[in-house]
Order: sequence, then C-alpha cells, then structure tokens
Amino acid sequence: MSDMNENGVDVKRRRFITMTSSAVGAVGVAAAAVPFVVSMSPSERAKAAGAPVEVDISKLEPGQMVRVEWRGKPVFILNRTKEMEQGLNKVTPELKDPDSVDPQQPGYAQNEFRSLKPDLLVMVGLCTHLGCAPVDNFEVGAASGLGDDWQGGFFCPCHGSKFDLAGRVYSGVPAQQNMVIPPYSYIDDNHILIGVNPEGVA
Amino acid sequence: MKAFIDWMDERFPLTKVWEEHLSKYYAPKNFNFWYYFGSLALLILVNQIVTGIFLTMHYKPDAALAFASVEYIMRDVPWGWLMRYLHAIGASMFFVVVYLHMFRGLIYGSYRGPRELVWIIGCIIFVALMAEAFMGYLLPWGNMSFWGAQVIISLFGAIPVIGEGLTEWIRGDFVISDATLNRFFAFHVIMMPLILVFLVFLHIVALHQVGSNNPDGIEIKKNKDENGIPLDGIPFHPYYTVKDIVGVIVFLMIFLGIVFFAPTFFGLFLEKDNFTPANALQTPPHIVPLWYFTPFYSILRAVVWDFLPGGAKLWGVIAMGLSIVVIFLLPWLDRSPVKSIRYKGWIYKTALVLFIIAFFILAYLGFKAPADTDLFWFDNTRWAQICMFIYFGFFLLMPIYSKMDPTKPVPDRVTFSKGGH
Repeated sequence: MSDMNENGVDVKRRRFITMTSSAVGAVGVAAAAVPFVVSMSPSERAKAAGAPVEVDISKLEPGQMVRVEWRGKPVFILNRTKEMEQGLNKVTPELKDPDSVDPQQPGYAQNEFRSLKPDLLVMVGLCTHLGCAPVDNFEVGAASGLGDDWQGGFFCPCHGSKFDLAGRVYSGVPAQQNMVIPPYSYIDDNHILIGVNPEGVA
Repeated sequence: MKAFIDWMDERFPLTKVWEEHLSKYYAPKNFNFWYYFGSLALLILVNQIVTGIFLTMHYKPDAALAFASVEYIMRDVPWGWLMRYLHAIGASMFFVVVYLHMFRGLIYGSYRGPRELVWIIGCIIFVALMAEAFMGYLLPWGNMSFWGAQVIISLFGAIPVIGEGLTEWIRGDFVISDATLNRFFAFHVIMMPLILVFLVFLHIVALHQVGSNNPDGIEIKKNKDENGIPLDGIPFHPYYTVKDIVGVIVFLMIFLGIVFFAPTFFGLFLEKDNFTPANALQTPPHIVPLWYFTPFYSILRAVVWDFLPGGAKLWGVIAMGLSIVVIFLLPWLDRSPVKSIRYKGWIYKTALVLFIIAFFILAYLGFKAPADTDLFWFDNTRWAQICMFIYFGFFLLMPIYSKMDPTKPVPDRVTFSKGGH
C-alpha cells in the first residue's frame, strides 16, 4: 500500500484508529460525567418539600404584615388599608410594568391589586434582582426616606430596588420584574393556603 | 549521609530538583520589598490547609448544626478559637498578599513575554481563590453567609435561557439550603484546595522555566559568565530563602497581631451580621461582600442602564466578569518597549495612578448603599460608573497609550534603587 512507511506501518490507518478511539473515549468520559453532574440537581426530597402552607389571617390587622416560610422562601402577607389600596394608582407612572403583563403572578392575580381580594397581598418576599428579601417601608411621603412621592412599599437593601404595595417594580432600579405572587387560595375568610390555586383554576 | 543521598539520587531526582529550583536557581540580585509576596502567599496557603484540616475535625456541614459547631469550636474546643481565627483572618491576609503580588507584576511588567503563562496561571489562581473564599464564607452559616451566597448564586440566573436551571443545579435546591451548604463544604475542603495546590505548582514550574523578572524589567539571562551563570543572578538558596524568612517574620507579626488583638478587624474580616444564624426570612439591612470582593461588586452594581438588550442585570454580571477577564489579557495589551515602571513615562504613570484611585474607590463603594452620596458631587452609583470606566480604560486603552508613552532608556545590567545597598 502507498501509505506504508519504511517500517511497514500504515500511518494513515494508524492515525484513523487513534482519532476514532480518542473520539469514542471522549464520548465515554462525557457519558461517565453525566451521573456526577446530574447528582447535583435538586434531589427528590427537595422537589417533594414544596408542601402548601396554611396561614391564619384573622389576627392580621389592616396595615400589618407577617412573613411565613413556603418552600424555604419568605412569603409576605400584608393586610392593606384602604389608603394603601388607593395609593397604588398614584404610583402607576413610575412603575416599569404597572399592568403586570410579565407573568410574575397567576392569571387570577393579574389585576390592579395583584391579589384575589383587594386588601390581602400574598407575595414571595424575594427581590427579582438577586434574591434578597426586601424590607417593608409603609411610611408615606418624605418620612419614609425614599422621596416625597413614596406611597409605601418595599425597598431592597442589597441594591436599592423599589417595589410598590403590590410588589410592582419601579423604573430605573436594578430589578427588572415585579415580585412573584405565589399560587394561593382562600380556605375560608380567615385562612389562606399558599401553594394551591383556587378551585377551578388549573 | 552521602551514601543515602547517592542511593536516593539513583531512584529519585532529589539533588537534581534541589539544585534546579533552589541552590542553582539563579534569581536577579535586585529583588526589593515587592518580591516578598509570592513566598508569603505560599506560606498562607499552607496555613489555610493546616488550620482547615483541624477545623474539619469539629465543624458540621449541616444547616441545622453548622452555626453552633463554629461557636463550639470558638468556645469549647481547646485552642479551637486560634484555628478558626488563623483560618478566617488567613483568608483575608491571603487576598492582601495576592493583591500586592499582582500589583508587583503590574508595575514591573512581569506579565510581559516570556512570562505570559506565569501571569495567566496566576490569574487562574486568583479566580480559584475567589471561588474558594466564597464557598468557605457560606460554611459558618451566619446570616451574611446565607444572603451573600443567595446574591452571588442569583448572578448566574441572569444568563438567558439556562440561568434559572443553572442556579438550581448550583444550589441543589430551589433556595439556599442544607444541600447547598453540604456541597460547598465538599468543594471548599477537597476540590478547590486540590486545584489550588496544582495551579500553584504549575505557576512555579512556569516561572522557573523562564526565570523571575526584576524591578528593572530586564532579562538577566542576556548577560552570563563563562559558566553560563547570569552575572546579575544569585542562587535562590541561601540568598532569597534567608531574605524571605525576614519577610515571613514581619508578616507573622502583623498577621498574629490581628489574630490576637483585632480578630474581626473592625468588622472587615469578620462581619457583625455573620454572628447571627442564617435566616431565610430576613436579609441583613446592610448586605456587603467581604472586602476583597467589593471592587468587583461595585462594578456589578454600577451597570443600571435599562436600555441595554437583555436588561441591566445581565450586563452588570457581564461587566463584573469582564473586569476579571481583562486582567488575563494584560500581556497583550501592553505595547510599551519597556517592562518596568522605572523606565516608563508620565502617560503610563498617570494611567496607573488613576487606576489605583479608581480601584480603591470601587472597593470603598462596595460597602455603601448605591443610592446614597458618601463622596461629593454625585451619588455612589455615579461614582462607581466613573471608576468603572477608568478601570476598563486603564486596560483597554493600554495598547494606545503605552505606545505613545515617552519611555527612558533601559540599562544593560540591573540597578539598585536610590537609597538602596
């Protein structure tokens, strides 16, 4: 054969075998890496840990907020006063997504209040920028320290993002999306269930 | 003894390695103060490994037990407080020494050919060290540990399409949890130390292949005597081993002074919010990274321009990544005919001073709230933006200004600085 060298070695054939066996070896290494890489994904136990949380809201006075834990995340439950509800309209021009077009909430909460009932806000208390828990600041006007037009809302201490009392993000802050409204439903007037949609909603 | 060494040398390159890397490794004779920090970095690496091994004997990588086990080490384990302080303060001192070591390379042009690989391996060590420090910082499971990890892991969420899945894969859960703590422990005590030790080995092998640069930035191998020994070189051992021991003693006085008398270092090395256990419902009111990350953290926060495609968050992450990538590119950005700052002109020196000032302002602003005004004229975000442009300008404009720079002629042989010996 023409590709034989002086030692009778078929160089072309040898190179082909080296290349193909290296390629097969590389595929084998990649396949062996799969179980190791996948083992780092959330475990079955972590996936199963998303049990719904029932919260008694009967003692939550207007203007009060509680934090509960759901799937390891803080959930803010705020009983908005009438003034707070009215304040939501005043800040609309300063918001990035006032109509909640971005699906950061279930369909049943895509309304002016981002909630099932106007008074009660149920919201995952994590900033949509880098996941810090924003602090509540319900003072109105200059007393809040966040400007004369502030109608109350949430301020993220990490990077200065601002949200209104429905968790809608202001323009010109690091966060780009409204805060997340989790699926939730009313068991009765005094109890809500976080993690479960209202009946009749898929 | 001679017989034993001969026996060894037939089976292992003992004398050969000793001579090649120590007793007959010729280093430039004009090393100055700035040349202590390589050996000091090695010393701290050993300190971190030794103290780390002893800490793992008592530490529990479990979300329910971790915080208490650190308190147990501090209060009940004999000398446990010393191990823990040596390790935690050692981490900060590691960055002090590595930053000074990198600065030495910067001013004397040690990154220039033929030492590009030494520089690049060093940059990889810097990145690996940041990863090691970040993962170690989660282990005490304080509230700052928890939320610091939350913010940094969330950065990966900015990557389009795969971001969300990637953050879950890193955490091993939908939130920072026991799974995250446990794997960070594995990475911190096994994977990263192995990688770091291997990289340091490569760094030194690459260095000894080309030989050290020096404050004059000239090649001592160009002038050799009849035996092939550089005229301006002296054997590393005993000359520089002895010199480095002096540096070690001074360093230990400072390091142990902090360990014994100011272990939190005014909240810089151990932050007060980290003396509170991790709380998934409450972010500390002033969340700041440890001091050695603040310059890069400031760059992340400086990008707030919503009009950028993909959003400001993604570009903040990209800017922070690029601020480290540009350091790698330094060997190819510098087009000056001279290596050392001693022979560079006013343009380079001005650029360097601006860069140092910008770097320190960025470091300072990393501790401050973006919307506040802690300096003059502008708020902190605007200052961070100005300094970010200076930071990138120093690197990316270097191909232009380093060529225009009026340099001085470089001598043939090494010199000693004024007032030297």
